[in-house]
Amino acid sequence: MKMTPKTATLLVLAALIALTPFFFPSGYYYRVGALLFVNGIAVTGMVILTGYAGQISLGHAGFAGIGAYACALAPVHWGLHPALAVILGAAISAILAFLVGRPILRLKGYYLGVATLGLGILVAMVLNNERQLTGGPDGMAVPELGLRALLKGWGLTLSNGEFWYFFCGLVLLVGAWLALNLYASPTGRALRALHGSEVAARTVGIDVARLKLQAFVISAVYASVSGSLLALQNKFVTPDVAGFMHSIEMVTMAVLGGVGSVLGAIFGAGILTLLPQVLTVFAEYEQMVLGLVMVLVMIFLREGLLPSVLRKFRGKDE
Amino acid sequence: MSELLQFLFSGVTIGAVYALVALGFTIIYNASDVVNFAQGEFVMLGGMITWFAHAAGLPLPLAALIAIAATACLGVAMNKLMIEPARGAPVVSLIIITIGASIFIEGAAQLVFDKQIHSFPAFSGDAPIRVGGATILPQSLWVTGGAIAVFVGLWLFFTRTLLGRAVLATSNNRLAAQLVGINTTFVMTLSFALSAAIGALAGVLATPITLTSYGVGIGFALKGFAGAMLGGMGNPKGALVGGFAIGMIEALTAGYLSSQYKDAAAFVVILAVLFFLPQGLFGRTSTDRV
Amino acid sequence: MSDLLSIEGLGITFGGLKAVHDVSFRVRPGEIVSVIGPNGAGKTTLFNMISGVYRPGAGRVVLEGDDVTGMEPHLLARRGMSRTFQNLQIFPSMTALENAVTGYHLQERGPVLADLLGLPGARARARRAEEGARALLARVGLERAAERAAGNLSYGSLKRLEIARALALEPKVLLLDEPAAGCNAVETEEIDHLIAEVAASGVAILLVEHDMKMVMRISNHIVVLDHGEKIAEGDPATVSRNPAVIAAYLGVEEGQDHAHG
Repeated sequence: MKMTPKTATLLVLAALIALTPFFFPSGYYYRVGALLFVNGIAVTGMVILTGYAGQISLGHAGFAGIGAYACALAPVHWGLHPALAVILGAAISAILAFLVGRPILRLKGYYLGVATLGLGILVAMVLNNERQLTGGPDGMAVPELGLRALLKGWGLTLSNGEFWYFFCGLVLLVGAWLALNLYASPTGRALRALHGSEVAARTVGIDVARLKLQAFVISAVYASVSGSLLALQNKFVTPDVAGFMHSIEMVTMAVLGGVGSVLGAIFGAGILTLLPQVLTVFAEYEQMVLGLVMVLVMIFLREGLLPSVLRKFRGKDE
Repeated sequence: MSELLQFLFSGVTIGAVYALVALGFTIIYNASDVVNFAQGEFVMLGGMITWFAHAAGLPLPLAALIAIAATACLGVAMNKLMIEPARGAPVVSLIIITIGASIFIEGAAQLVFDKQIHSFPAFSGDAPIRVGGATILPQSLWVTGGAIAVFVGLWLFFTRTLLGRAVLATSNNRLAAQLVGINTTFVMTLSFALSAAIGALAGVLATPITLTSYGVGIGFALKGFAGAMLGGMGNPKGALVGGFAIGMIEALTAGYLSSQYKDAAAFVVILAVLFFLPQGLFGRTSTDRV
Repeated sequence: MSDLLSIEGLGITFGGLKAVHDVSFRVRPGEIVSVIGPNGAGKTTLFNMISGVYRPGAGRVVLEGDDVTGMEPHLLARRGMSRTFQNLQIFPSMTALENAVTGYHLQERGPVLADLLGLPGARARARRAEEGARALLARVGLERAAERAAGNLSYGSLKRLEIARALALEPKVLLLDEPAAGCNAVETEEIDHLIAEVAASGVAILLVEHDMKMVMRISNHIVVLDHGEKIAEGDPATVSRNPAVIAAYLGVEEGQDHAHG
């Protein structure tokens, strides 16, 4: 039986998540892997927004910030369990995305870029300035998720690094599964259609404004969950999680790997997560190399790394 | 009253810097439809190179000239190496390329210069001038005068010179411009040189007031971009007005509402304008042709 | 039979220029009405106003007795209006099949959560739409191109793909903007038959077409535009004898008609 692209993607991802630890030289790499997966989750949301629906956002870190600070604040102030705080953060992100999405998504190209950028910056600014609540630029502590202790009670003992590696890997798999379901679904088709030609999409009955909004809200939830997981595993959060650079990182990861496909974008997340690790030896040059990679990939591999590499691999040149 | 005047003075000063950055955005956008997020780095380089050359013993005017010339060359290099090869790429790719360029320049500046905050002496001393109960620094007049001079210069260039009209023609319709024999590649080179030089000039004028370091670029880029967008992308008059408006809003917010949220004010205004006037204050409306 | 679509004094101005002025006509179910006129006469602009892409400056569009002037295209689609485009508007990165499937959007759409979770209901909706789209592709002779990226198909194939997509909506009124442009004689004849077939099933068809032979052959009624105004209307025989039409249009167009082959 022929494997569908969805099954293939999920199998490749699952295999990578399960098998890579056998090659880890030290426990430190679990931490890097977990970070990669967290980025992968946010980037999968960008695939839905940018890859499927063709809309740009330069402010999605704002939603990551909401997710992260929900986990820091809700348990302390309202005694909410951190797991529920993740859901609360996602809900707040979704509501915010829903409220601002409709006017913002009427905009196109650079205008959409600057509007989303402004949105993200405003969130970051609130987190920076409301010191009594958020601790300001110094950040604040985030409580323990508690799942690891629960697992231990059931007889499954994992180190902190291992736990977060596999937990984030699992969430990424679920996120990828949802995104792949969406791709082939009526909603996914409508999103890709409006990406191709908005006017034609409207004439076949697609409510373009509504569908863009759905993609925006879904991708905001992905970003929020990614922010929550980042905060929970670091047990600490600073406003940088919502910062402009983090937004840019999300877009870059997605486009770098190939925003049209879930696997490609996660691949991009991998590259951009690992690059600083590789470059720690040349810490001085890290920023220059990052900038250069962004420029070169966009010029020479326009579809992103993975699709370009795969094409070379198959020897098919169109 | 004098308080308001004081806020307005500081608004005009910082607004002039934003206006210069916004004008830089506009020139490149008109020539190539690219929004150059590295525009702020030109401002940073203007300040940093001037500081560096001045610290090395050159007189300030010469140091400033070198900074502007060097930044203009860098702008040309950026166009040749990064923008021209990416012709026809989608907007997302262009955004990433210019942000990549911005990150690259910032990283390089850290290495070539250092990570400290720097300044150099104001051009006409530091003695505040008293006007109607408020004070203004002589350097503020330099910045404001610079922005207005650049705008007038650009206006003359675009309306009175053949070359300037060629640039305008290219921005209206690239293909038609090529057909009537305008070298559009040269127009783009020129635009990057001009835009980088204006950015560097902004850095030179503003550094005695705002100080400079390798990381100041992105902030200027975002505010300048906001100004250009507020005025309507691609419109020099809009860029000037938009830049000053952002500066004013920022200063008034800092003065009357909250100094912490002064940066937020610009973006709140931008969002509001985009909600109600999706093309900016002076932008053209366009209709999709099908 | 009563009117399905009635155009009443429709007009629009672009930058002070009257692109279309005071155009009225009506289309009944099963009828093929052609709008002809020289290039720049305002035919496509008229289509854009009727289908809600442009908001008319004057006049009314009445669909089944309801005033739908300036209604959003996706709402018009729900009321049974569907169209193709003169300069193709396909979804290039999707396959031909997926392009056709988008025409079933109104039937296949459902809760977004069901789509995300890949619930059986969502999959069934998608499958039904795909089956319908396959049948439609076969009807326009594109069954073998189903899995190919639409961006790689020939111009003539894309024209037919757009028709298939428009038919997927099961429209009551179908607007076809130059469906035979760029097609060879055989393809044109196929499209000809297809249009006649669709009309015979009771769909009202509004057609813009430059191929005069085709227009004369299949139209029940012809509306002639020149400089944005209606200069004549009637059955093909009447219109082709009308001196104003010959002066404004046929005289110019006959030469081109030969060139089209």
